[in-house]
Amino acid sequence: MKPPRFLYCDPDTLEEAVALKSQHEFDALVLAGGQSLMPMLNMRLAGPEVLIDINGVTDLQHIGRINGTLEIGAGVRQSVLEAHSEAAVAVPLIAAAMPHIGHIENRHRGTVGGSIAHADAAAELPCTAVTLDAVIVVRSERGERQIAATDFFQGFLTNACEPDELVVAIRYPVTSPTAGSAFTEFARREGDFALASAGAVAEVDADGRFTSVAIGVGSITTKPVRARAIEEALLGRAATSDVIKDAARQIGDAVTLSSDMHATSRYRRHLATTVVTRAVAAAAADAQNRSAS
Amino acid sequence: MTTAENPATATDTRTITLLVNGREVTRAVSTRTTLSDFLREDLDLVSVHLGCEHGVCGCCTVLFDGESVRACLMLAVQARGHEVETVESLSADQNDLHPIQQSFAEEQGLQCGFCTPAMVLRAKEILADGRERSDAEVRSDISGILCRCTGYQNIVNAVQNAGRKLSRGANGGAGTHDGVGTSAVDGAETEQATDIDRAPGFDGPAGTEQRG
Repeated sequence: MKPPRFLYCDPDTLEEAVALKSQHEFDALVLAGGQSLMPMLNMRLAGPEVLIDINGVTDLQHIGRINGTLEIGAGVRQSVLEAHSEAAVAVPLIAAAMPHIGHIENRHRGTVGGSIAHADAAAELPCTAVTLDAVIVVRSERGERQIAATDFFQGFLTNACEPDELVVAIRYPVTSPTAGSAFTEFARREGDFALASAGAVAEVDADGRFTSVAIGVGSITTKPVRARAIEEALLGRAATSDVIKDAARQIGDAVTLSSDMHATSRYRRHLATTVVTRAVAAAAADAQNRSAS
Repeated sequence: MTTAENPATATDTRTITLLVNGREVTRAVSTRTTLSDFLREDLDLVSVHLGCEHGVCGCCTVLFDGESVRACLMLAVQARGHEVETVESLSADQNDLHPIQQSFAEEQGLQCGFCTPAMVLRAKEILADGRERSDAEVRSDISGILCRCTGYQNIVNAVQNAGRKLSRGANGGAGTHDGVGTSAVDGAETEQATDIDRAPGFDGPAGTEQRG
């Protein structure tokens, strides 16, 4: 249970980090908060020749509004984002999701970019990114690319980065002040990986009908996905519990994970339906509160 | 510092200087040594217990720049220039325990003691705000640390008891402690040292027993 040998590099600037990744490509892994990579190193599931520790790269530590988006530097600690009041106002879904990420001990070290790049289907930040159509900014010596979240997450722990690219920031569209947001997940113990999770952002009109709704679901397939069929089914419909519950049933068809020691496939379909129902209902209620106030 | 132009200048070993339990420490470390192994083996701080070594059990929890982290999920080299606190810092003398340690003894908040150093440090972190906590809040606060003896109820009691001791200590002191930071806790410790009954039969600091 000790990390294998590697060449340790700790660049001070983004340029140096990008140059190292370009130079070593597949042979290098990037160490951010280490809450997933360090276990993989300790268990020898990962054995990079070069470890690029980006914790000293101050260029990756910013949080701020840019052109209608909230940009979060890849190196921002999850606990810092969790406590960031401006981020909570700009994108309430983030604030709702953050407390579900592991335990506070993990969030004290874990970074926003690390969670995104790790691309775990059970992770909360990837789910919020898909729900909100966030954009992942990646950089290499060839330049910068912006990748839509739905394209960035490609499958089991797989992202769309080329071997020379580094995740540098995540841009979330600023949420409309009249939209409601909610994040719901089910895990057997606090801090465990979710067996099913859902993020929802919705707007309702004066008659209580959905005028917009976005739903992202985690832990049901190899990557976080949008529940577009449910979104379409809900648009224009009254935000009542029966309507939401009826539409949410469709998420069962999207569950592809087979039974494992954590949950049978059937149980996971049940949980997925439940978390989607609850998240959408809570988002609709939040939207109604916001329009009332 | 490794430069982009010449990463080959990096060596297996780095010399790091950091603050550990208030003392400046300089050591040469292998870059693949975890912070937990460094604290245990290089500095003999054996209260840092290794349960799982992959970030699940929480028994290696230390305060890193005042925040609880899992020491098995950090490299020692990453602590360069930072401050680390282990439970050894709370009490230099086993007959003069910190109020949090006192509370764990009084409430029998430990059985085998393996998770205790982590629980005590986490308690110190959460109690720094001086706020009273419900059972549910404490359970959530300590959820990152596994107690294999499943003695959670007494741990919850111990944390709450410690909170009361610390706020009494703070109020009885200069009256200006707001419960934030190390100094407030130290102040409370001084205030409490004389008026707390020791648990009968308890004669060792709970968290610092040596484990293989």
